[in-house]
Amino acid sequence: MKKYLGPLSKDNPILVQLLGICSALAVTAQLKPAVVMALSVTVVCAFSNFVISLIRNTIPPRIRIIVQLLIVSFLVIIVDQFLQAFVYDISKMLSVFVGLIITNCIIMGRLEAFALSHAPVPSFFDGIFNGLGYGLVLTVVAICRELLGSGTLWNYPIIPASFYEHGYMNNGLMILPPMALILVGVLIWMRNSKLKQVK
Amino acid sequence: MELANIFVRSIFIDNMIFAYFLGMCSYLAVSKNVKTAFGLGVAVCFVLIITMPVNYLINKYLLQSGALKWISADWVNVDLSFLTLIIFIAVIAAIVQLLEMVIERFSVSLYQALGIFLPLIAVNCAILGGSLFMQEKNFPDVTHSFVYALGSGIGWMLAIVAFAAIRDRLKYSDIPKPLQGNGIAYIITGLMGIGFMAFLGI
Repeated sequence: MKKYLGPLSKDNPILVQLLGICSALAVTAQLKPAVVMALSVTVVCAFSNFVISLIRNTIPPRIRIIVQLLIVSFLVIIVDQFLQAFVYDISKMLSVFVGLIITNCIIMGRLEAFALSHAPVPSFFDGIFNGLGYGLVLTVVAICRELLGSGTLWNYPIIPASFYEHGYMNNGLMILPPMALILVGVLIWMRNSKLKQVK
Repeated sequence: MELANIFVRSIFIDNMIFAYFLGMCSYLAVSKNVKTAFGLGVAVCFVLIITMPVNYLINKYLLQSGALKWISADWVNVDLSFLTLIIFIAVIAAIVQLLEMVIERFSVSLYQALGIFLPLIAVNCAILGGSLFMQEKNFPDVTHSFVYALGSGIGWMLAIVAFAAIRDRLKYSDIPKPLQGNGIAYIITGLMGIGFMAFLGI
């Protein structure tokens, strides 16, 4: 069990291994798309790990990258169609970033590092926990950005109206894309200095 | 005029790294020195310029709803757009593989300069992202997609070379220990992004 919990803090895919930042940060301006994105990545990661692990002994090593890409893109197409059917507005908001799950390095990284050498069921759980570790960072960044940037969480107003009457203003900078990078930088800083104290 | 507009916009305002965070993984991993950063930048540029027009033509004549009407009038209602993702990634992977072989055959020096980066590029989000943005933007003809690819590629190269140059200098600066390495890399990228936003006014 302990082996699987690593991605949540110690081996967090975003903060430590620097994987999967590509398509992640652009969706964190609000909480709702960030959570949907995190769930999609978790699902794709878990199932692609499972499928690749099932056929790991029959894939010729030379073409394994292409096989992996095709399987992952099949899964992403399913997720994409699902999102378009059930949560159309969020699917519009995420636009191309759902498609970019295919090239998300977390998924390729886990396939290479874990699924190719482990049995299907452990691979499945490894995928789930890596997806969750990724989701954790997305959620924290999205909470900071939405709360400070628009004063809402999950589209519900959190900052009371009386604050605004007394001159409180939303920090427009938080909505802009570069702030996501700076927030992740600060998260890494906090995590590193905390880990050192524990040691 | 419109083409120049697309070109400048895709370099500075819609910069792949600072506005959309595409290709961040290789951007952080391969920016240790300016020379390799430049090599990767050229390779990304190269692959973008080739894959994007190809994907444009595939999208226009095969995938879009009603795109198949040039085959026969009965197929006007066929919509294959759900296949977009898998076709695009397959095209990119195939072209990268092909390029690697062609470059190896015809120019050994170029192969040595780009060679190690080419396989990395198939899974670089900037390439697939470029094609997906191109599909979303609905360009009227293939020239537009070519100019957009050129601009995005140059923008990506500009970002990674500038970042590698800054990283070179960072070695001599006094950064708090826990912030060293990745932490400061993210924050610098964010600050550069804010700098690039100044181009929004143009």
